[in-house]
Amino acid sequence: MSSTIFITVAALTILGFVLALILYLVAQRFYVKEDPRIDIVESILPGANCGGCGYAGCRAFAEACVKEEDLSSLFCPVGGNEVMAKVADSLGRAVVEKKAQVAVVRCSGSCENRAKTNHYDGYTSCAVMASLYSGDTGCSWGCLGHGDCVAVCEFDAIAMDPTTNLPVVDQDNCTACGACVKACPKEIIELRNKGPKNRRIFVSCVNREKGGVAKRSCAVACIGCYKCQQACPFDAITIENNLAYIDYNKCKLCRKCVPVCPTNAILEINFPPKKPVEEKRVETL
Amino acid sequence: MKTFSIGGIHPNDNKLAANSPIEQFPLGESVSISLSQHLGAPAEPIVSKGERVKCGQLIAKASGFISANIHSSVSGVVKSIAPHPDIIGNMVPHITIDVDSRQEWIDGVIESNEILREIHLNPKEIIERIAEMGIVGLGGASFPTHIKLSPPPGKKAHFLIINGAECEPYITSDYRIMVEHPEEILIGAKIMMRALGVPKCIIGIEGNKRPAIEAIDGIASLKYPQIKVVPLKTRYPQGGEKQLIEALLGREVPSMALPIDVGVVVQNVATALSVYEAVQKNRPLIENFITVTGTSHSIQKNLKVRVGTKIDSIIEKLELPQEPLMKVISGGPMMGKAISRLEATTLKSTSALLFLTAKESKRGEESNCIRCSKCVEACPMGLEPYLLNKLARANRDEDLEENMVQDCIECGSCSYVCPANIPLLDTIRLSKSKILKLLRSRPKK
Repeated sequence: MSSTIFITVAALTILGFVLALILYLVAQRFYVKEDPRIDIVESILPGANCGGCGYAGCRAFAEACVKEEDLSSLFCPVGGNEVMAKVADSLGRAVVEKKAQVAVVRCSGSCENRAKTNHYDGYTSCAVMASLYSGDTGCSWGCLGHGDCVAVCEFDAIAMDPTTNLPVVDQDNCTACGACVKACPKEIIELRNKGPKNRRIFVSCVNREKGGVAKRSCAVACIGCYKCQQACPFDAITIENNLAYIDYNKCKLCRKCVPVCPTNAILEINFPPKKPVEEKRVETL
Repeated sequence: MKTFSIGGIHPNDNKLAANSPIEQFPLGESVSISLSQHLGAPAEPIVSKGERVKCGQLIAKASGFISANIHSSVSGVVKSIAPHPDIIGNMVPHITIDVDSRQEWIDGVIESNEILREIHLNPKEIIERIAEMGIVGLGGASFPTHIKLSPPPGKKAHFLIINGAECEPYITSDYRIMVEHPEEILIGAKIMMRALGVPKCIIGIEGNKRPAIEAIDGIASLKYPQIKVVPLKTRYPQGGEKQLIEALLGREVPSMALPIDVGVVVQNVATALSVYEAVQKNRPLIENFITVTGTSHSIQKNLKVRVGTKIDSIIEKLELPQEPLMKVISGGPMMGKAISRLEATTLKSTSALLFLTAKESKRGEESNCIRCSKCVEACPMGLEPYLLNKLARANRDEDLEENMVQDCIECGSCSYVCPANIPLLDTIRLSKSKILKLLRSRPKK
């Protein structure tokens, strides 16, 4: 009886040592040398694994940071400049500052502004709806309102406004990871510079139809009238395919384009109220 | 009777307009002809604003390999070349022509109804003529016919199949042309046989169209011994290329392959008729046959309509009651598309306008999958729609590819049978297009 226990213990001990030896030898033979800095960089990163940087996750981004000599093409939108400065510091490379960005929804086609022309009763997904037809309003470019952008947001930064049925971005939560930009089948959402004091101006429309057609389908559509372009002192506005676009790198936030827009398609965010502008908006509404 | 082996459903066929003879729909004041009436790149306009055009005159040229010519369907003056909404609301360039009272045809068109039996052209000339006349497949996909009739090098066709299945409920336009123009269809088939150099042709017609089988078989057995008419058991989606080939020849078209890979070319009966008109009478494809039907009203018609006629003008002229109607579908109830803009115009491939009431068109409320596997039984491609739907909603692309979402023919049988009203096809269709894009972007081995 006692010999059985003895043999068992001895056999298992020997087996354990033999296997440990094999494991040790294999680990030595196939050792993958990894840069220890990858772990350091990864610990600095936010760990959201959102893919906003263009890499599969934070680990892949850390590997890329260590590999690349120049950090200018790499940016973690979630961590922002703060994290990138730490990363650059830990790797001993030059810091590259980027302006903070935020997602903006370029459509103001609420039910009031853009009447419904038909009724959609299919699967509630913008992507599915866009694959079937142009949408349930007269505008074939605008927001479909099923919230694909809301579903993909990892940061709780975008939500549907029940009164307008348009998505609204929470600028404090938004990390500009770009997931909503990719999810939107109509390419309405754009990443723009957050701007000084979070102030920004943009054309809230993506309709490329001629003025008359655009205006008929939506009251606040950009009609490509060139008035904003003429008003802009900084050449920041270009008009292509009947649609104005404000270059956020050139825009100095002077707000001259906002009151001249006949359809109120240009939106200003976070500016203190300016009397004449406010009055005009009330009048036209 | 023959039929395909897996899946399929049998919806109520509702062929309400089956006994209405084809009528010519009167010309309106203007037509708007879409430049994107075929698979592939839109055609390029060759006329300018204010120009006078004749009926059948070439107004837009094919651009690129998969593209087809477009001809004026009326004589008149070009009013504009501008974007106009198509049936699903996308803005597509259209040529709008104001109709004049003269209605002159271009030279060389034979206008008489006499049947011309002698085929004078050689295969190369036939294919050139078909390309010139802008013939596209009228079964639904609008694939340019001349490309289908020129198999890629190394592949040879052994059979021509003429698709007279018309398995979609409600639609009767193919049935009417088979009853009224049987010999023209047979000559069209012969022309295509000569173009392809194939000795045999089979016409597959579903058993619920007895008079069509009799009309075509009566002439074929007397005058055209190479063409065989085969009756098929009524079952949806018999008219799908892959299903029809399997039903008639027992050959299975492999995944991602075309019928030509198993030596078969499939053409629709309406295409055969337009090939006959193009080759024998020099008539371009400017008119097509449209069934106007629905259960809520007594208007059941099969119309011969000029391409580019506004859909709302058809509704107006036929005095269709507006009230109980809710949904207008271009095509049949299974694969047709709901029309969101009634100012859109008819295309070469428009086969039916189906009017549904609110009650008929209402989708049931979606509930959970109860794993009854009805969709698996119904799928004619042997796929598992309930699984594909789940994978599609979770964006699991690799698993979707492994489960052959790319083989889906979008027939809608799964959504039709689902007792939980899950919009299976909606999600599967989207992921199919995503996976196909992925597969095409990969380098070929």
